[in-house]
Amino acid sequence: MAKESTFTNMVLTLFLVTLAASATLGFIYELTKEPIAEAKLAKKNAAIQQVVPEFTNEPNEEAFQVEVEGDTLTVYPARQDDKLVGAAISSFTNQGYSGLIRVMVGFNADGTIHSVTVLEHQETPGLGDKIDKAKSDWSNQFNGKRPGDFELRVKKDGGDVDAITAATISSRAYCDAVRRAYQAFKKGGLQ
Amino acid sequence: MKQWQNFSKGFIKDNPVFALFLGLCPTLAVTTSAYNGLGMGLATTFVLVMSNLVVSIIKNLIPGKVRIPTFIVVIASFVTMVEMLTEAFVPDLYEQLGIFIPLIVVNCLVLGRSEAFASKNDIFSSIIDGLGMGLGFAMALTVLGAVREILGSGSFTLIPDVIEFTLYQGDGMLVFVLAPGAFLALGYLIMLADKLKKKMY
Repeated sequence: MAKESTFTNMVLTLFLVTLAASATLGFIYELTKEPIAEAKLAKKNAAIQQVVPEFTNEPNEEAFQVEVEGDTLTVYPARQDDKLVGAAISSFTNQGYSGLIRVMVGFNADGTIHSVTVLEHQETPGLGDKIDKAKSDWSNQFNGKRPGDFELRVKKDGGDVDAITAATISSRAYCDAVRRAYQAFKKGGLQ
Repeated sequence: MKQWQNFSKGFIKDNPVFALFLGLCPTLAVTTSAYNGLGMGLATTFVLVMSNLVVSIIKNLIPGKVRIPTFIVVIASFVTMVEMLTEAFVPDLYEQLGIFIPLIVVNCLVLGRSEAFASKNDIFSSIIDGLGMGLGFAMALTVLGAVREILGSGSFTLIPDVIEFTLYQGDGMLVFVLAPGAFLALGYLIMLADKLKKKMY
């Protein structure tokens, strides 16, 4: 530490260091802005493709928002040659065992669930993370069900959903997210 | 020879996790699989090498009383860079490590090496030190991740789809994937590393 710790020295040093740091970060930000946006979009499109029947339009460009229980959910309509084949709804719940669970729920045009996939969660590895398609096929039980006839609650609460063993809270939260997505789907009034 | 010692001390003798007990927060939090441990270890290695390099370059220009804030700014900049770069170019890894990458800023290992080594040694030694310490840290995290993954989930994933084995089906000893298992596994690994250290030195 060769330099003396005078006031001017210290102020000048910190100023120059932070200036250099922010300049570099600004440059990196500009550099990575596009790849980051692309990666996010690719991830979203992959999720949409996973949960709805085959489509030919750009669901992302037709996306609109619906308010459900005070939150805003996004609806991505999927069309094949202008005919509505279904819609993907990005839904979430804060009732997971570790808070936020974000799901993409796909509906067929007739209102049955096509498929559901988890976008983001912090559930316990080995227990609650079975909501993830990569970890277990638990979430497949929703496929083909019509939320009107199929009570979106776990059996313990009087619904029709088999909860994950030792992860009832995660299963409940998942059902909640799907139920909210269905509300958004109904409200969206897609034709 | 001296540089080799400088490099290799990070693996067993002064291993950040097993001997110095630095950076235990990310160590315990991310090591639910070998892949997560390796990713976190390599990200930390990058930050460590870069911050050691910069700190050792500017060490003579910094007034002693503001050296810690300066180091933190340098480290935080590199961490933010790593975060943006992984998000842009390795989104899969970013998804796994996402919330833990900012934790590298407060990893005492990085600040510790800046303060204890890089601010007192020449540029080349500092890079070697950062590399050795970082890889030692990565090794420790990978081993811990592997132990927890094998006992807890019955699988071993070093690189998904390339080095990935399923050892047995069904649930393992779930406690090892959860937080208490991290402490248990770490405790036994520290014991083993200590035995090994006593044999070697």
